[in-house]
This record gives sequence, structure tokens and C-alpha cells, in this order.
Amino acid sequence: MMNDNEKLFNSGILTEEKQEAVLPPMDLWEKKKNGLVVIECPQQIPCNPCHDSCPTGAIMAFENIIDIPRIDYEKCTGCGRCVARCPGLACFVVDLTWGEENEALMKLPHEMLPLPRAGDEVACLNRMGEEVHRGKVINVTEPWKDCTRVVHVSVPKDMIMKIRAVKVV
Amino acid sequence: MKTTEILVVGGGPAGLSAAIEAASLGCDVVLMDSDLKLGGQLIKQTHKFFGSREEFAGTRGFEIGNLLFDEVEKYKKEGKLEIFSNTTVTGYYKEDGIVSYTIGEETYDLIKPQRIVMATGAQEKRIAFPNNDLPGVYGAGAVQTLMNVYGVAPGEKVLMIGAGNIGLIVSYQLMQAGVKVAGIVEAMPRIGGYWVHAAKIRRLGVPIYLQHTITEALGDKVIEGAVIQEIDNTFKLVGEPMKIDCDTICMAIGLTPTCELLWSAGCEMKFVPQLCGYVARRDAMMRTSHPDIWVAGDAAGIEEASAAMVEGRIAGLAAAASLKPEGCQMLKEKSTDYLKRLENLRAGETGAKIRCGLEQVCCECWG
Amino acid sequence: MTRKMIKDHPILNFEHEKKKVVKFTFDGREMEGFEGEPIAAALHSNGVQVYRITPKHERTRGFFCAIGKCSSCFMIVDGVPNVRTCVTALEAGMKVETQTGMGILKPEK
Repeated sequence: MMNDNEKLFNSGILTEEKQEAVLPPMDLWEKKKNGLVVIECPQQIPCNPCHDSCPTGAIMAFENIIDIPRIDYEKCTGCGRCVARCPGLACFVVDLTWGEENEALMKLPHEMLPLPRAGDEVACLNRMGEEVHRGKVINVTEPWKDCTRVVHVSVPKDMIMKIRAVKVV
Repeated sequence: MKTTEILVVGGGPAGLSAAIEAASLGCDVVLMDSDLKLGGQLIKQTHKFFGSREEFAGTRGFEIGNLLFDEVEKYKKEGKLEIFSNTTVTGYYKEDGIVSYTIGEETYDLIKPQRIVMATGAQEKRIAFPNNDLPGVYGAGAVQTLMNVYGVAPGEKVLMIGAGNIGLIVSYQLMQAGVKVAGIVEAMPRIGGYWVHAAKIRRLGVPIYLQHTITEALGDKVIEGAVIQEIDNTFKLVGEPMKIDCDTICMAIGLTPTCELLWSAGCEMKFVPQLCGYVARRDAMMRTSHPDIWVAGDAAGIEEASAAMVEGRIAGLAAAASLKPEGCQMLKEKSTDYLKRLENLRAGETGAKIRCGLEQVCCECWG
Repeated sequence: MTRKMIKDHPILNFEHEKKKVVKFTFDGREMEGFEGEPIAAALHSNGVQVYRITPKHERTRGFFCAIGKCSSCFMIVDGVPNVRTCVTALEAGMKVETQTGMGILKPEK
């Protein structure tokens, strides 16, 4: 029988034990203005637009197109272009330098209506779609002008590994 | 009787690509498609495609369709490509190689092509449960057509059956169209589609019921709900039936290749479960056992549209090169690249099934 | 009755306002649709889901495959039975009827 973690993972939810692999090194993360990318792409699929869309080469070239993305965090500027380009909406940027000490700024992909606007209070959803916080939208960008928005939302620092989407309420 | 050098049957991603390549080698091409609009399933896809830059990865499916239409338009203007939409190819007569077709519901005619590329696509599979015939039980492709091409919501609350890529993507598209998704039911212990597709709908609160099946659709004249139940590893029902409130049941069980014309033509066929049904045996250039017939796209085995486009390009080019000796060099140059791209698209864990299926039907070249 | 159309969409722009609205009838009731859209889509947006009644068991049938392959959406259009309404374009003044049983072909005059 599958345990609960396996069951969740098999239905598209990243579980605690698999998280470590995708996190940037904390010492660099805490200092990096504009944040660093977190990519939750644990399955080998034939896809590389994250690399193609990265202007600094932080998402490294794929030796094989099915590779899982590898990141040179030194080069990542937190620009969010990959966030808006990834077909799987699997890229997120987390800026730990933003705001007050216990705050962080998350840049999340968004393709649903209604569109959030700067200043809105939105529901912040975890990987299962449960509302875990109400956050304030700081900015909404559309890096590729292709209807995929990047929503910048303020969240408590201890929630950065929980929140993965926002919903206008 | 109308004649042409190359007839392409089907105007989806594979057929359009085949027609473009064949016309680029200077062949006269006729493309027939049964739908009112060209583009097959491509024009219904609002999500960004996977793959690499060559397959327009990161671009939405319907926009990739527009790029193909631009190429089609160019060859139409040059008089190399003639398009028949709302035209169903109804038969291939192997005695004389004549093809019959009907425009709309009433007009019948015949055409004699020198070469044919069959890019007929696929059709929805169904599973048996009481009331599976009621209006409100719709194929996933039909749901996409209704909402993404014509702007009509299929219902207010949908239960999705099947968590392959189509079930996952269509669930996401339903939410974009403002339709609620009650849940996704999947018989296997894991989703069949890309994990990231599942993640993006899970985080919007849609439940995925793994190891569950639909046992009954509720309703008298139309769908008024559904009953689902857990199954064990042997697919035996366990646990308690659960009622789901919905007015639409979307079937994303899978597709099976549309291959009637290939059968009529006497192509060597094989049942390959990994390719989801009967498919024609073919060589690396997509030529079937019938020397004048090529196959491409879902008709050659169910895969992603990105692969269909590359297969279409190979088939169109190869069919054209068989008529234009000067095209053989071009075929040699381009096909190396195309084959490499297909290999990439089929790499890794998610492509294992396809690779296994292809091993059973591909031959090096026909003797 | 007003048609139920998807108006706002995060990705697509249907431009419904640019389409030509035409009138047609369904079992005698007047309805509106867009010229050139499939008859089945026009009916669905008007809240009609039952397109025919099967010959043997008198089961209701509607839209299913939307690509002209499954026969579920056969209806009588302008007197002609077994019309695949999912791939037949709507025209002004069309007389669309629920098909009960097998279609009966009328000899041409």
C-alpha cells in the first residue's frame, strides 16, 4: 500500500521529504535582493523553456531535455521570467530580503480570473488549495505579454514553503 | 476526376505540418479536414507547450496553430496547397487508389492522389457504467471544442474521469473558463499525466481521487450527478460509494487512433497497447507497408501534439521526396534533425511507454 | 432566453460581439446563435442538451465527440435526418428538430 506521502505526491502534491532538493542555499537566499527561484519540477519530462527564458543563465543548459532543471543560484536575479514561461507553472521566486524581518515577497504564476491587482488582499493557497494566509498584492507583472501574470504577494517568512498560489477573494 | 500529387487527410498538427513540408518541396497538395475549422486539437489548447524551442515550447497550443496557419496561407497563395474543410474522407479504394470524400452532409466526390499522408488523429475511448450515454457525459476533446473554440461552457460543475495529461489540462482549462471542477477520478495509483500539470490544479483546490472509478452517472434525461468509489490494486470496488454533485461528466480515459482508412488501404496493422490501439507498421520516414501511404500524428499512435507536428513534417517531406527526386537531399538533411527532435520528446520516464510501443511497429525500411 | 456564453477568459478573446447573430428554430422554438458555429454549440448555449431519442430503448442522446465521429448528436435539420450537428454550421432560418428513432429519408422530388 502507498503511504500518505506517496499518495499525495502521486496526485501532484510535493511532500515534505522531497522538498529539500529544490531549495536554494539559505545563506545566499537570505541576502539576495529580488529573491531566488524555487523550481518544483520533480519529474523528468521533455521540457526546457525555463532555461531558454532565463536571461542570466542561472537555469543551466540542459544536457538532455528531460533533465530536471539545475540552478546556479549566484546568477539568479529573481526576475521571474521563468515563472511566467514554465508550461507547468512550476517556478516561483521567493525574496527573503523584502519587507519587515518576518516578511517575504513571493512571485507566483497566475492564469485565472479574476486577475489580482496591486493593493488587493488575496487568499494565499497551499499545494492542496487550502487557504493558509491572506496576503497583500504588491505588484502584478506580465513578463512575456502572453496573459500569464506574475503576482508579487507579501507573505510571512515561515509560509514560503507552503504558499503556492493566490486567489482573488 | 480531381487529381493531386499529395493528399493529406486531416488538418490537425500532424496534417498541417505534413502539408506545409510537402508544399515546400513544390508538390501540389490537397488537405482535407472533417471539421469546420482547421487545426484539430491544437486550436483548443490554451496551455503552453512542453518540449524545446523547435517545438515552440512555452507557447500556447492555439498560438502554435496560428503559426502553422501562417505557413499554410503562404502555400495557399502560391497555389501549391488547396484546403477542404468540413470534408470527410470516406473511403480509399485500393484497386485504383481513388479516394472518396463528402463535403458537409450532402456532396460526394472522388479524388485520385499519387501519395497520401494519413493524419486522421484519434477518437475518445469510453468506459462502461450505467447512464454513460446520457447527455452531459462528454468527451474531453468535445468539452475543449465547446469552451475554447466556441466560447460555450459545457456545464457548471464537471467531474473529470482520467488524470492523464488530457484530463489534467482540460480540468485547468475548465477553471479558466469559469467552470467548477468537482474532482478528477483516476483508476491508477498515480496520475498518468505530467506531475506539474497535476500540481497546478491541486493548488487551486481540485481533488484528485486516485484508485477510484465512476460506478454510475445519475440523471433521468441529462446528467444530475455521479457516484464514484475506491478500487484496490486488482480494480475491485472497496469502501463506500460517494456521490458527487455535478452536471457534466468529462471523459478523459484516453484516445485511440483513427485508422479505418489505413485498414481500407490494406496497410499492415498491429494492435499496440502502448500506442493505444491499432496502428500501421511503418519505417522511420513514416511510410506504411503501402508504398503510396504515409501516416503521422495520433493516427500513428497516441502522443503529444509536439511529436505529431514533427512526425507530420517527416511524413510530408518523405511523401513529397518520393515524387521529386531533387527533394531527397532535403529529406536527408532535415530528417536527421526531425528524428533527433522526436527522440528528445520521447526521452525519459514519461516517454518509456511510447518508445516501447514504437519498437513494435517501426521497421528500418521497407524491402 | 439569453445564451450562456463564456465572456471573460484569462487567455482567450472570443470576440462574440463581432459575430453575426442569426435566428433559427429548435422544435419550433425560436433561438439565436452565431452564423457558422456548429448547430450543437448553438443549442448547448441555449440550454438544449437532448438532441435525439434512440430507436430501441428511447434513451436521450446529446453532444459527445464534437468531431463528427460518434453519431450521438444526429438531428433533423431542414427536414434532413442524421445530420452531424457538431460539425454542421448554423445558418439563418435553419429548422432544427429532435430526431426520434432512425431518420427517415425522403425521396428527392
